[in-house]
Amino acid sequence: MALPTAPVTDPQTKVLPPDREGKTATAAQWIKENLFRSLFDSVLTIIAVLFLFFALRLALDWVFNLAQWDVITENINILMKGSYPGEQVWRIWLGLYLLGAIVGINLRAWNRELKRSTVAIAAIPLILALLPLASESARLNLIIIQGTIAAAYLLTSIVADQRRRQIASITSILYIPALIVLLEGFTDENGIMPLVKSDLWGGLLLSVLLAAVGIIFSLPLGIILALGRRSKQPAISALCITYIEVVRGVPLISILFMGNIMLQLFMPQSLPPIDRVIRVMVAITLFTAAYMAEIVRGGLQAIPKGQYDAAYALGYSSLKSMRIIILPQALRIVIPVIVSQFIGLLLDTTLVALVGLFDLLGIGQAILSNPNWLGRSQEVYVFIGLIYWILATGMAFASQRLEKTLGVGRNYDGAQ
Amino acid sequence: MAYAEQTSTPLYRDERFLRFINQVVVVALVAGVLFFLYSNMVTALRTQKEVPISYDFLQDTAGFNLGESTIAFTRTDPIHRAMLVGLLNTFKVSIAGIVLATLLGTFIGIMRLSTNFLVSKMALVYINVFRNIPPLLLLIFWYRAIFLKLPRVQEAIVLFDPVFPVYIANRGLFFPWGTPTESWYIYRWILLGGFALALLVAYLLRQHGKRTGRMPLVTFWFVVTGLVVAVLGFMIVPDPLEFTKPALKGFNFRGGATVSLEFWALLFGLVIYTAAYIAEAVRAGILSVDRGQREAARALGYSSFNIMRLIILPQAIRVVVPPLISYAIGFTKNTSLGLAIGYTDFFAITGGLILNNTGRAVETLTIILLVYLTISLIASLILNMYNRRITLSH
Repeated sequence: MALPTAPVTDPQTKVLPPDREGKTATAAQWIKENLFRSLFDSVLTIIAVLFLFFALRLALDWVFNLAQWDVITENINILMKGSYPGEQVWRIWLGLYLLGAIVGINLRAWNRELKRSTVAIAAIPLILALLPLASESARLNLIIIQGTIAAAYLLTSIVADQRRRQIASITSILYIPALIVLLEGFTDENGIMPLVKSDLWGGLLLSVLLAAVGIIFSLPLGIILALGRRSKQPAISALCITYIEVVRGVPLISILFMGNIMLQLFMPQSLPPIDRVIRVMVAITLFTAAYMAEIVRGGLQAIPKGQYDAAYALGYSSLKSMRIIILPQALRIVIPVIVSQFIGLLLDTTLVALVGLFDLLGIGQAILSNPNWLGRSQEVYVFIGLIYWILATGMAFASQRLEKTLGVGRNYDGAQ
Repeated sequence: MAYAEQTSTPLYRDERFLRFINQVVVVALVAGVLFFLYSNMVTALRTQKEVPISYDFLQDTAGFNLGESTIAFTRTDPIHRAMLVGLLNTFKVSIAGIVLATLLGTFIGIMRLSTNFLVSKMALVYINVFRNIPPLLLLIFWYRAIFLKLPRVQEAIVLFDPVFPVYIANRGLFFPWGTPTESWYIYRWILLGGFALALLVAYLLRQHGKRTGRMPLVTFWFVVTGLVVAVLGFMIVPDPLEFTKPALKGFNFRGGATVSLEFWALLFGLVIYTAAYIAEAVRAGILSVDRGQREAARALGYSSFNIMRLIILPQAIRVVVPPLISYAIGFTKNTSLGLAIGYTDFFAITGGLILNNTGRAVETLTIILLVYLTISLIASLILNMYNRRITLSH
């Protein structure tokens, strides 16, 4: 191949002429460059095209001709919320309205960091409402959620700039406990919010809830463990290292079994039995805390020693310097890692199906054990896989954006 | 000295003393909580079942059969032998899986770096898809949605029929296999001798390569030598193995060897999942090698295969091995997902069968934790040793 002629550059001009070689290249040039560079490359391209052609034909034929999707459309409600009683579903929607409000507040509080992602995140309910699977009432509710996002965004604008982040943090932390109370209920049968035992929670609702609980409750525990591990007091660091390494050394499923079977044994006999969902939540939190500790430790190690010295020179006590100077910076650095931990945890929550909970996968298995839906395993598993893939990829994408806008890794002299 | 005496800090403000007290308090608190939990557990066990914690049940007869076993096992064998069967099954699928995942992951990682647009993007799609799908879902999909839909034994798919018939059915994969005959022990010595010879050849080639600066294909010749001796020995020794082909008898195949679908499903699911991570590690490793290395090698007239083999890979491997070992640990821990599809690995046997049969929750879970912990600790010990070695040689 002939070398492209170098663009003529006038040595006098400071600005180099834009290197348009690659961009103005015609389609034919691009194809030659990227697909048929050599004989070997050409062979590879031909193999790849053939493979893609047959794979795509197979996949499309399956999706449009062979697969019977009625198993999904008939069961979409149960896949989303499990056996949560139909007349109480408004509580789930209320929870989602609140989530919309929290998202709105956070979008306003962080909009300088989020920049253009704000619109993309805010439009999620509207996109969901346009999906063919959504029912009329679901569409209506999604539009209300869209409304709460907008309302919360506008309301937060009234608050002074400095207070916004405080409000965002506090409401976000309070959200999960509030949601659990809302879903669980507290009145008797005739009251406005009758008790819905957590054994009835299921589907995507339960999967996301378990992952969110795991991440949020493990964060404080993880911070304590990370600080303990770095402690100069040998007994304390030994305790923390033991906990972290033991938990990281065993599979999640064994921790889930422990939580499911042994948690009840560890409690005083006078206490009432603990719900299975709560036991699993405790197990997941204790498991994630060990990984969270390592993430936070990574953040703490990335803080230059000068920050500690400066805090010390200003006369801060070690607790205060940790709280005001070190931790905020360390946590900010590890936000993307926490997001990927959350994605991993969301995928790992499928394991709770093995201890008898009906998360998304558990519900899928339950549907397939119904003789009416015999032999639809491919459709059900592909649909479940698609939901997980969309959630995980979406969050990974958001996390990458966040990483860029937070300027992680560029804070200290370009050091990672 | 008098000055020091005057201002000596009182005990309650001495930092060393405070630290000591702090540690005592924390340790006492943790010990107190643990003791509280433990005593609760003991009371609960006493009131519920009236059985104290004891590991004597390990000597009892198992009372169940196991389909998948590398060592002889019947229902009259003790429970601890069933655990051993499970552990061996865990190792079996782990070793096969780690090797396959490494090969597939390396392949995809190299594809990802290809200058060919299509090839690179296909690898990207693979990595993106399989890192964002739950591995449990993946192996359940293989098992229930693909393997169990294979034809019945009577209508099994046959490959390579007359010479080496392999049958694929919804009961497993059946293929011809040899059982040792009387002359096997002679052949065994030949195999051992072949291995020693191959080692010698590899060593000499390596020395030769170091002396001349032209490294021959050491691994290739190692494998070739071993194989040649093995094949020659097989021809000389009168029938060291008696081959039987699987044949349909009633509702199942007899003769030959079987690999269960549970094994394949677990293997496929975890290999596909782990390979996506290994691919990223391999890519990072290759990218970590300085561009100049490749350019210098090209300037010296190395072929692109030799550049990869002698220049890039030996340097990339330092970056790749540490994450690879942690993925291997993760793979071994993930084999516990075999429980979901009925593969009898260590976790499924101990936490499933034995726990349900004996009701000994505390004991079985303790054994499970200790066994996995031991595996993880040994693996991280190896990782640390390796890390120390590569940092020293720098």
